[in-house]
Amino acid sequence: MVDLFKLTAHELHERLVNKDVSAVEITKALFNRIDAVEQDVRCYITQTRELALAQAQATDEKIQRGDEISPLAGIPGAIKDNMCTKGIKTTCASKMLEHFVPPYDATVVERLADANAVFLGKTNMDEFAMGSSTENSAFMQTRNPWNLETVPGGSSGGSAAAVAASTAIWSLGSDTGGSIRQPASFCGTVGLKPTYGRVSRFGLVAFASSLDQIGPITKDVTDCALVMNAISGHDLKDSTSIPGNVPDFTKSLVNDVKGLKIGLPREYFVAGMNPEVEKAVRNAVAQLEKMGAQCLEISMPHTEYALTTYYIIAPAEASSNLARYDGVGFGHRAQGEDIVSMYKKTRSEGFGPEVQRRIVLGTYALSSGYYDAYYLKALKVRTLIKQDFDKAFEKVDVLLTPTSPTPAFKAGDISDPLSMYLQDVCTLPINLAGVPALSMPCGYVDGLPIGLQIIGKPLGEETILRVAYTFEQNNDYYKCLAPLGEV
Amino acid sequence: MDYSVVIGLEVHAELKTKSKIFCGCSTQFGSDQNTNVCPVCLGLPGVLPVVNKRVVEFAIRAGLALNCEILPFSKFDRKNYYYPDLPKNYQTSQYDLPICVNGYLDIEVNGETKRIGITRIHMEEDAGKLVHSGNITNSNYALVDYNRTGVPLIEIVSEPDIRSAEEAKAYLEALKSILEYIDVSDCKMQEGSLRCDANVSLRENEQAPFGTRTELKNLNSFRAVQKGLEYEIVRQAEVLDEGGKIIQETRSWDETKGITLSLRNKEQAHDYRYFPEPDLVPLQVSAEWVEEIRQSLPELPNARKQRLMEAYGLSSYDAGVITASQAMANYFDVVVGHGADAKAAANWLMGEVSKVLNASNISITEFAVTPENLASMLELMQKGTISSKIAKTVFEEMVASGKDPATIVKEKGLQQISNEGEIVAIVEAVLAANPQSVADFKAGKDRALGFLVGQIMKQTKGRANPELVNKLLKERIN
Repeated sequence: MVDLFKLTAHELHERLVNKDVSAVEITKALFNRIDAVEQDVRCYITQTRELALAQAQATDEKIQRGDEISPLAGIPGAIKDNMCTKGIKTTCASKMLEHFVPPYDATVVERLADANAVFLGKTNMDEFAMGSSTENSAFMQTRNPWNLETVPGGSSGGSAAAVAASTAIWSLGSDTGGSIRQPASFCGTVGLKPTYGRVSRFGLVAFASSLDQIGPITKDVTDCALVMNAISGHDLKDSTSIPGNVPDFTKSLVNDVKGLKIGLPREYFVAGMNPEVEKAVRNAVAQLEKMGAQCLEISMPHTEYALTTYYIIAPAEASSNLARYDGVGFGHRAQGEDIVSMYKKTRSEGFGPEVQRRIVLGTYALSSGYYDAYYLKALKVRTLIKQDFDKAFEKVDVLLTPTSPTPAFKAGDISDPLSMYLQDVCTLPINLAGVPALSMPCGYVDGLPIGLQIIGKPLGEETILRVAYTFEQNNDYYKCLAPLGEV
Repeated sequence: MDYSVVIGLEVHAELKTKSKIFCGCSTQFGSDQNTNVCPVCLGLPGVLPVVNKRVVEFAIRAGLALNCEILPFSKFDRKNYYYPDLPKNYQTSQYDLPICVNGYLDIEVNGETKRIGITRIHMEEDAGKLVHSGNITNSNYALVDYNRTGVPLIEIVSEPDIRSAEEAKAYLEALKSILEYIDVSDCKMQEGSLRCDANVSLRENEQAPFGTRTELKNLNSFRAVQKGLEYEIVRQAEVLDEGGKIIQETRSWDETKGITLSLRNKEQAHDYRYFPEPDLVPLQVSAEWVEEIRQSLPELPNARKQRLMEAYGLSSYDAGVITASQAMANYFDVVVGHGADAKAAANWLMGEVSKVLNASNISITEFAVTPENLASMLELMQKGTISSKIAKTVFEEMVASGKDPATIVKEKGLQQISNEGEIVAIVEAVLAANPQSVADFKAGKDRALGFLVGQIMKQTKGRANPELVNKLLKERIN
């Protein structure tokens, strides 16, 4: 019999419906897998096995009763540790929230629980989602299942590595500048950052509110559509969520790209990118062209300003969002002689260096005398970047780019913050524009996955999924599993 | 020397919505500490604000009542500063695109009407309250009560059009009156539901450019606003007279010492690092909704005052006093509606009724005497059933027991004696008993007549019709 943990959600669902296997059996298979490889990969900050078993049991009872079950019912997954889970620690991989137990569920968590999904635990990440390697976690280092010497990417490194290591069937990540797509790319999984507002942010611990978006990380495109079906849609508790009906994303799983127009923005094929990465992406383009898509090179002239724009807007919002961690009401508190010294000590002890760096950057950018030169200008450039996308989408249906200029790098290799920021050069503009984008494997270099990024129009997830599904069905990448725990 | 004074006021009014501005918590004042709270108003990680539609409606009501333009597109911004009563360490407010702009308020000072410009009205959330152990300067710790956190406020900013402490007080009173009329705020300064900061500066004359201003805080009553401004105007004048310069600073009014003290100067001023609130989408207000709200506005104080003057011939002063409070004006309308004479009603409301209300510190809505009963009493007076003197006795009994005046008059036998025969008998008896007074009166001592009237009233327990008594006395003596 095949190892259950190696299967996808839709494969497991079929087995559940056919009563070949129970949800408890699947869940226990995942526990065993975690026991076998977690000490090497280290994805989980918190495991919730009791809860998982209870949830699996509930689905088994439904099946016993002959009730219809939802596609994710009984399927074990993992949640990034910056999404609030009622009664379960939510740390953001920060000393500041090491013992924080929220009294409420994030809307996505609530929706997945309603769909009877099984929660295995909370995954590691860069502290407060600030980073591209998950090395900024205050608690532990997650490694890439494809090569344990390399990083899984970040900030949703734990979520991507768990899916790649088959210690979760699906997971949720959050993406502010590439934090779903870059780790998905490094770990050879499918990761989708939906359109801003497609998925409720209620209960997602904010990093940069105008950029943050929750999305799925899965083994294949079909599972991506299934998780999207469960989590998408307007939420009264999030004023920035988009009203209106959400399509059934599984309807977009069509193996056909005939007539679709694909744009290749030349600015994304940057100098200094790994030639194997470029080759793999161009090969993917050629394949799609053969299948009937029409490809054209286009220009998005403001791309080069995206990085600086992002590193003003995101830290500015973060400096305000993270002001609440002051030791007064919850979270870490240091002793001080007065309120100001208590604030200072609490924040110096509770936040790691990268978080502190971004708070300082953001505070500076918003300060009087600098506001116009930095923050206000960044807002204007953000509009220009958005207009680049608007213009591009007048001509094409989707854009194809590499997700990251390189495959996963070795842990500890990048210590300079600026070089680390450059990791996200192909993913940041997408958040600034608020459009959706997906990363999926399109090749390997030295045994490490390469990610293809498919960018869509606002609310254009269906077209993205169609292209992704077609590419997936005509290649074998999705069948490749990380060589972890194999002897 | 004499300086020309320039004052601008920033008034915060708590809106009396049932729930808070960004969450569903109750706004009830005086609840147990930290009982009206939830993750949203506590600023826990991951929560998001959702705008209370009623708050926007109330802000628009205030804007319309203050003759403002209602912006179809406004937005919220974050005002960043660290303080333990502010759980997120930023206040969600409105910065460069407030909901209402360019309004005005007409005030009356010394019988003259003056128009004070309103720069803007914006919505924002209130902060919590610190409860210090012991004295604020030497306390070892402070506790935070978050009940008030997220209670909706509007901030109403005036143009620097106010020219004296007296005008400032008149502006504030007129503003309070309007906010009460449109039912958006309780405006209780002692409970903090109405707060006022004042910017004040001096200049040599009306044409000179504005001088450096100071901002006064901690003005917790109408009296404090006037006294604080009066003090600060004198202080600034003294500094200038001595050749000194005014420092731009924030000063706090010390009520007990009656002085203002420097709180922080320009260098120590906060940099609030305002930026657009990314958790809320910009606010779009339709013209239809604004129109609907405009239609629902009640008659405002100035219009009501004009109506009372025209319909009942009340003086501007009387009409102003009666319409300052909507409840008082409503009471007046009912009294007059029951047929009472308007001038008499006004006099009673401003006199005896106000005296009782002030003495027991209650509002007219809590008053034991219903407007219907007051109208009946005035009617008894007019018909001559009771004299104005007896009316005061009846009124006291009405206040004490809440009974209607006819019953009181009947029970206590207080009807006026207007029967000539009955009074003649008493008059003759009193004249016979006081020959000396009669002689004195005849000798030109007018006061003697008063004594005789007093004797008659004494015998009738005040019930004799005073006009009749006077007439009969004079007839009999002559």
